[in-house]
Amino acid sequence: MIEILAVLGFPLAGAAALAFTGARREAPAVNIAASLATLVASLALTARVFVDGPLLALDRQFFVDPFNVFLVALTAFVGFTTAVFSRPYMRIEERHGRVNAARLRLYHSMYQLFQFTMLLALLTNNLGILWVAMEAATLATVLLVSLYRTPASLEAAWKYFILCGVGIAQALFGTILLFFAAEKLLGGGGGALLWTALDGVKGQLEPTVLSIAFVFLLVGYGTKVGLVPLHNWLPDAHAEGPTPVSAVLSGLLLNVALYAVVRCKVLVDGAVAHGFARDLMMGFGLLSVVVAAFLLARQKDAKRLFAYSSIEHMGIMTFAFGMGGPVANFAALLHMTVHSLTKSAIFYTVGHAAQKAGTQVIEDIRGLLTLSPAIGWGLVLGTLAILGMPPFGVFASEFLILTTAMNDAPWATPFLLVALGVAFASVFAKVQPMVFGEPTTKRLPERPAMVPVFVHLGLVLMLGLWIPPFLAEWYRQAARLIG
Amino acid sequence: MSALPLHAQVINLLAAILLLLAFAMLTQRRVLSLIDLFAAQGLALAVSTGIVAAYTGQAHLWWSAGITLALKVVALPWILHRLIRRLDVKWDVERLVNVPTTMLIGIVLVVFSFNLAVPISQLSGTITRATLGIAMASVMLSFLMMITRRKAIPQVIGFLSMENGLFFAATSATYGMPMVVELGIALDVLVGVLILGVFFFQIREQFDSLDLQHLEKLQEGE
Amino acid sequence: MTAAGILSQFLQAGLALALAPLLVGWVAMCRAWLANRSAPPITLPYRTIRKLFAKDAVVAHNASPIFRLTPYVVFGAMVCSAAIIPSLATEVPFAAAADAIALVGLFALARVFIALAAMDIGTAFGSLGARREMFVGFLAEPALLMVLFTASLISGSTSLPSIVDTLAHRELAIYPSLAFSGVAFTMVSLAENARIPVDNPATHLELTMIHEAMLLEYSARHLALLEWASALKLLNYSCIGLALFFPFGIAGGDGDWGAIALAVPALVAKLGAGGFALALIETVSAKMRIFRAPAFLGPAFLLAVLAMLVHLLLGS
Repeated sequence: MIEILAVLGFPLAGAAALAFTGARREAPAVNIAASLATLVASLALTARVFVDGPLLALDRQFFVDPFNVFLVALTAFVGFTTAVFSRPYMRIEERHGRVNAARLRLYHSMYQLFQFTMLLALLTNNLGILWVAMEAATLATVLLVSLYRTPASLEAAWKYFILCGVGIAQALFGTILLFFAAEKLLGGGGGALLWTALDGVKGQLEPTVLSIAFVFLLVGYGTKVGLVPLHNWLPDAHAEGPTPVSAVLSGLLLNVALYAVVRCKVLVDGAVAHGFARDLMMGFGLLSVVVAAFLLARQKDAKRLFAYSSIEHMGIMTFAFGMGGPVANFAALLHMTVHSLTKSAIFYTVGHAAQKAGTQVIEDIRGLLTLSPAIGWGLVLGTLAILGMPPFGVFASEFLILTTAMNDAPWATPFLLVALGVAFASVFAKVQPMVFGEPTTKRLPERPAMVPVFVHLGLVLMLGLWIPPFLAEWYRQAARLIG
Repeated sequence: MSALPLHAQVINLLAAILLLLAFAMLTQRRVLSLIDLFAAQGLALAVSTGIVAAYTGQAHLWWSAGITLALKVVALPWILHRLIRRLDVKWDVERLVNVPTTMLIGIVLVVFSFNLAVPISQLSGTITRATLGIAMASVMLSFLMMITRRKAIPQVIGFLSMENGLFFAATSATYGMPMVVELGIALDVLVGVLILGVFFFQIREQFDSLDLQHLEKLQEGE
Repeated sequence: MTAAGILSQFLQAGLALALAPLLVGWVAMCRAWLANRSAPPITLPYRTIRKLFAKDAVVAHNASPIFRLTPYVVFGAMVCSAAIIPSLATEVPFAAAADAIALVGLFALARVFIALAAMDIGTAFGSLGARREMFVGFLAEPALLMVLFTASLISGSTSLPSIVDTLAHRELAIYPSLAFSGVAFTMVSLAENARIPVDNPATHLELTMIHEAMLLEYSARHLALLEWASALKLLNYSCIGLALFFPFGIAGGDGDWGAIALAVPALVAKLGAGGFALALIETVSAKMRIFRAPAFLGPAFLLAVLAMLVHLLLGS
């Protein structure tokens, strides 16, 4: 209870404080402090749930179970490391003249607000509030994406706003339909949108309405997940926004959107007997994996390249969650964790690499290893990890998903294997010359922040070799909940 | 012929008007008239919410009717008018390609959403359940409007009218979502429009025009 | 088949023939009043027709029999439709033939003949008018059919008398679908009867004419019949509109004399109001270019379709 308030209160207070003081020198430190406080609060909440089990609080408006508390912890953690990373990064950007003090204030304030909206989306028990929080997250990040005010970033932000706005409107329609189905059982009051209440009566919900609602919800939240064919905004927003924003978009926002889809899937699975939600999610997931893998080869911009890689990985997770069952869910949750950690680490290094080279174009970034071994190795290891090389954690989760798919959906495995192979070839072929080869880069005015990168990669490595028992138990519980 | 109670008849009439306005917006070329149509749609929405409130006696629906009136009939059109004055695009006329085709596609969309809504409506307990199809059709039409428009402000109005359709679905077909949710949605819409207002100026600063054709540089493989 | 039915059948056709020029005169009079001009006498159309009948007909050398036949066909079609439109009573001998689709067919027949005759002589204006007439008809007819379909959906039959019966005896309620189709029908009627904003019946500019351009080669009794037929067409459209959307005062199926006696003044009053409304519309709107006609009739079609869809969904 008090933990929930703390988890939500710190970022909100941070956003307010930074809105007033964000232009000062110590703003990045305040940003880090607020994120750290959020992280501590979320760890306390995690411990609480771990000991006491699921938790309903504040007139049933908030609900914490192993599934979302795990995401809360992940979100707070990556939010914190990104805040740490963004301090030197944004200073370098300021020196390069890409942002001024006023924009930095906006940046810091919106960063905290974005954290708040994501945590609210995760913690709320009310599907309506979930929608509101997702929309608010869109609004906060629109301002972050257009931070540089260049034509390209404005275009990216506009596209992002319109596409996600349209998408999220579909999700609202799905939510209304859900309410429509539930109010007959639960009454028209506030109870009919509470996930726990819906979960209790999901067997009696009207199947027709729920299947139509799920289509809308999947399309709506799926736009934010970046599922093909609704993915157009994602590469632009990632490429044109500041790097810390790309990192949290890929590492966190996509997860939260997928979380919303999965929560809805649980309800639909209870109401619709045949695997309606399962088939839809598997189809969309597989399509995203395949299309994104083939588009990877055509990318010329480093951040776009990894944005497409995010689409591919979100596709894998959607596929796995769609497949369902304890093993696939376990693997999907694991994949969510390792993808968040790895992808944000990659964006950190790519951001610094782009700062060094003065461009994001892959062909103009050469010889990172010679000038800055830390950035070079970070990028190589991160790329290897995201491509699913053992011993990194991504290998473990992808391996689990593939073996489950061979058992449960054998028709899908060839597609997955081909897509993973294509992705490997195209990404590696592009990253290899960036790291090796003749250097074209220049010195940075500040030391790059490489600690978060190696912390993330270390964790991913650890998850590949050994999953701590409490974490495994936690995943198992969450996987059971999803069903 | 079935005899619906009067309030249901009026709501049905308002639903039909809403649909008609959605079509009118689809084919309206002048920015200023577009805003007026949007305000009219908001008014129809507010009135229908008020009728549902009076009939069901749910206090929060009065609030939501009031919010709709304040936000969609007064505040948003006012903001948009101001924006247009400040941006000096008052007499913008958009060249719409192929209005008849757009209309035919619109009709197809209406048929589609009516078909989709029929099984749902049959299950509903509310008297005005049939309006769900119209709400869905309005959403689809606004969607179509956003696709066919090339300028920033009409696209935003399309976005807002999509929200109108959704609100109509929430109030008339289900007798209202919980109050918190409605407040949240209204807040989001307002903030969204304010952000977009800032955005318009940025776009104009950069491109010297609000024509979105300038915003088509980011393509695959670039 | 009652005596009252047979009488009302004759009354209907006869009244239509007699009232049609009066309606045209009344509209012209109202237009003059609204424009602050001194009005022509209301009987002017009668005098024109009488004058034309008294003259000798002149026919072009290269005219084919179609040209001579057309005035009679068009006039006949209009009289037939006047007989089947339930403007006074629904229980009449021709009721069995009074089908909505047959009615549209009769109008189409008249249109085809008049267009053929206009092209028959081979003058430039005739062909121009015929082409434009077919263009407008192509746009207006689907909308008209849609309006009639909506009405027949409500009553479950395409027979005009039963449609009117159902509409006249329903409960008083708000019907969005009828409101939409009423507006659509008004727009279609304006286009079909060569009124502003699609065409101008009072024009003297050949280049902007549609209907008048087709009659340029006719004289004397042929012209008189065609003028009378177009007056009848206006009356027919008005009667359809009144029967569908304001079906009050039309005598029901029981065929008692009192109801019929009441139906006649009701019809005259409704026509008077309708004519005034038409004059008002014509006064406040401007004629549009012929190529803008789709922009006028497209929405009419849309409205008609929406009316049907709304009816199907809302059941009202």
